Parts: sequence; C-alpha cells; structure tokens
Amino acid sequence: MSQEGAELDREPAVRVEGVGVGYGDVLALDGVDLAIAQGRVCGLVGANGSGKSTLFKTVTGMITPARGRVLVHGLTPTAARKRGLIGYVPQSEQVDWAFPVRVADVVMMGRYGHMGITRRPRAADRAAVADALERTHLSDLADRQIGALSGGQRKRAFVARGIAQGARVFLLDEPFAGVDKRSEATIVEVLRAMRDAGHTLVVSTHDLAGVPELCDEVALLQRRVVAHGSPEEVLTPQRLLETFGIEGRPVREVA
Amino acid sequence: MEALLDWFTVPFQFEFMRRALLVAVVAGGVCAVLSCWLTLIGWSLLGDAVSHAVLPGVVLSYLFGLPFAAGALVFGAGSVALIGVVNRTSRVKEDAVIGIVFTAMFGAGVVLISKIPSETDLMHILFGNVLGVSDAEIAQILVMALVTLVVVAVKHRDLTLFAFDRVHAHAIGLSPRRLEALLLGLLSVTVVIALQAVGVILVVAMVIIPGATAYLLTDRFERMLAISVAVSVAASVLGTYASFHFNVATGGAIVVTQAAAFGLAYLFAPRHGVLGRRLRTRAVVARGEAPRAGAPS
Repeated sequence: MSQEGAELDREPAVRVEGVGVGYGDVLALDGVDLAIAQGRVCGLVGANGSGKSTLFKTVTGMITPARGRVLVHGLTPTAARKRGLIGYVPQSEQVDWAFPVRVADVVMMGRYGHMGITRRPRAADRAAVADALERTHLSDLADRQIGALSGGQRKRAFVARGIAQGARVFLLDEPFAGVDKRSEATIVEVLRAMRDAGHTLVVSTHDLAGVPELCDEVALLQRRVVAHGSPEEVLTPQRLLETFGIEGRPVREVA
Repeated sequence: MEALLDWFTVPFQFEFMRRALLVAVVAGGVCAVLSCWLTLIGWSLLGDAVSHAVLPGVVLSYLFGLPFAAGALVFGAGSVALIGVVNRTSRVKEDAVIGIVFTAMFGAGVVLISKIPSETDLMHILFGNVLGVSDAEIAQILVMALVTLVVVAVKHRDLTLFAFDRVHAHAIGLSPRRLEALLLGLLSVTVVIALQAVGVILVVAMVIIPGATAYLLTDRFERMLAISVAVSVAASVLGTYASFHFNVATGGAIVVTQAAAFGLAYLFAPRHGVLGRRLRTRAVVARGEAPRAGAPS
C-alpha cells in the first residue's frame, strides 16, 4: 500500500475500520468502526475494560490489530508516528511524577523526532517549546520539576509536549481524572483553542466529567462502537444503562 | 595536616595502588552514570540479576583462559534475554522470573567454581582483585569504559526519554524496545567493568547506590548524573585508601563508603532528606500555612 505523497489534510483525521484485537482468549475490540473528522473533539466513553486503552494503542501502532486497519490522516500508524502526527497525553497513574525533569524538559521531549541523533536542541526547538508553553499557559512554570505542578497543570504540560511535537491528532487518556473543577475549565479552554486551530482530539474517559462541555461528538465504546454522534444524541440514560450496566450518572451539572 | 596529606600521598607511591585507584575510579564513574537510569526506571533488581548471572561466564572464561569480559557479556545479555522471554510467555510475574533466572545462573556459576583449582582465584571472582589487576585487564576496562561513555554521550537524552515515558518514545517514532536493549547491553558491560574492582557479589551496589544517592539530592537529571559520578568516584578513592591503611578488602571498603554517602543524603538532603523534610513541615505548621496543592514535595 503506497502512502507516498499522501496529503496530510486527507480526511478523516482518524479512521478505524473493522478493527478486532484479542489478548489470549479475550476479545478486547470486536469490529470497531469509527471516523473522526479533522478539527473535532471526540469523547471516547466506555466502562473500564471497554477497550479504550486498546483502541488508543491500536491508533498509535503499539498493537497491530488482528483484523481491520487504522489510518491517521490517511497514513498507517507507523507512518504517522514517524511524522510525529500523533500526540499522546498519558493517564496520571502512568507517569512517575518524582522523575527529575523540569516542565520545559518534558515539552522538549516532543521535539526529539525533529532533532539529530544526540537530540541537542536548536533555536527552532527552543522556540517551539516556548510557544507550546505559552499556548498552555505554563510559561511561568517552565523551570518547575514536573511533579511540582497541580493536576491540571500536569495535563497541560503533556498537551504542550504534543504541541511542540507538531502533532495533529491528540489522544488524551482520562484527562480529567484527579483534576479540580477550575483546572478542568482551563484544560477545556486550552483544548478548545487547539481544536479551533485545526487539531483533532480524542478524549477517553470512563466517567462523563467534562465531556459535554468539551466534546463535539461522543463515541460510546463497548468492545465496538455502540453509538457515535453529538453528546445529546449519545449520552441518553438508556444508552448509558446499556454501556455501564448501571444507571449512568446523568450528564453532570449541565444546564 | 601533614598526616592527612601523607595518608593520601604515601600509598600513591606504590605502583599497585595507582593501578587500583585507576580501576576503582573508572569502574565507579561508569557504574554511577548507568545507576541514574536504573534508579529512575526501577531496574535495581535487574542490575542485581545481571551482576549475579555473569558468574558462570566469568568462571568459564577463567577455565578457558579468556578475558572475563567475553563470558560475562554472553551470560549477562543471555540472562536478560531469557528473563524477557519467560516474562512474556508465562504468567509468572517479572520479579519471580528475575529471581529464578539469576539464582539459576549464579548456582551454575557456583557449581562450575568447584572446578577451579585455586581458592585465591575464586575469592578474586567473588570479591574482586583490584590490588592485583593485570595490564591486560586494565586495558580491557579502559576500552569498555570508553565505549560505554561514548554511547551514553550520544544517546543519553533518548535513554532518559525511555526511562520517563516509553509510550511517548514510541509515539514519536523511536523504538522503546531498542532503547531497552541498548540500556541492558550497557548494563552488562558496566557490570563486567565493575566486577574487576569489587567482585561479582558487590557489583550491584555500584550500579544502584550512586544514582539513588544523587536522586535524593536534586530534581534535575543533569545534576543527578554529575552528583552520582562525584559520589561514586569519591567513594572509590576513599574506599581504596581505606583498604590500604586498614588492611581490609577493597571492594567492601568502597561499597561501605558509598552506603555511608547514601546514609548522609537520606538523612540530610535539603529537600528529600528525612530531617530536612521534617524541619520544613514543622516550619510550615508553625507559620500556620495550609499545605499548598501541588507544592513541591
């Protein structure tokens, strides 16, 4: 399959076609179809074990699906990775917050794909880092150790890393977990600005915090996509009951 | 004052002491560099494993008259690969797999040792022989140390990225697998270097303690590397001199000195030391300040 000269603007930003993934005799994903247009924020909502992480890993190419395929801006995950198109914002629990790196160091890690073999930063890399910090309102905190940030600031630091990287598609794993209301509002503001600049965001979450405020569309995942549409269409009590097996928390504190 | 000066200069007149200091300092320095990543990734047990697993390789090398490095590298890298395979293909947890593989290797080494005619050589393998190290061994150590340091100089930012966030490393097109293999390869070489200085049993201290000590003293990786090397080299020098003056085993003296440095950092490190933290907590309480969310801890 030739991807040479593929236009990066090729739609959709993320296309998942009939993807099936199994671990041993457990089926994690079973025929997932999903297309997310460029410049959209898509909430990926599902209970624990619904396959959200597996789907993320398939999009980044860490897992090769047994069936189906994934395209990011028309490119295979491997090609998209090589071009730095995919930005990943990890879950809080997956990060060692005591690691001796500064915020600016973490954001600079986004530039490594653009650097020579020793990853020595050049003026362009420093400028990209400064710009990313500015856009995530972290310029004043650049010299802090990464763990010395609040929950919301930590998330924004990793978003800044993706911006410095030049990523077009962002995968955010539970971005609102352990984040207070005010920080949540700042994150939503930053992410919306990114969407308006043409980035595509996929936000995975197992509760509905922040989803209606942030997302243009929602995909409900239960080993396959059981519904995909606007938050109002998808997050109905009936659907939430089916997905979570319990009365889903109603769309929270939204008028 | 003069007595202190003599303490350092008198032993230095001896050829064997100069060689011992060279080996101890080089081994200490290289180990200290690697120990930073091992500490941060949480690979101390793996460092322990590799250092024990090289034993059969060293004994075989000895029996066939080969350089220690040859056999040690084969068994060091082989054990790491074996740990990886068993870990991926069985339900046994990684720490158990590491424990099984390295004790099995060490056991095989102990069995092979019974084939060694001389007690002295056995002691040298287990506890090092820095005071009697040969020219050929020094040459090997210097070459391996140089190669390790050059590779680290080129790849250190990638290794730190790997230690911090391997998913991101993957997402920007690097290979976490390859970086992992590189780091483990460097670890095997480093273990072989340090083996000459302190022996199979104490090598693990050299690849853990300096990094752990530095980790208590700074929140910046570059500084952590510098502190780690400084602590380790100082411990090598002091330990070697102590072994001369007090007529005790050199490897043991070096490791005890390192452990003392760790103990001091554990107690007195300004930010992360036990006493420093307690004092700051008391000061905050006295001022009646509520702990700030996200404040540096």
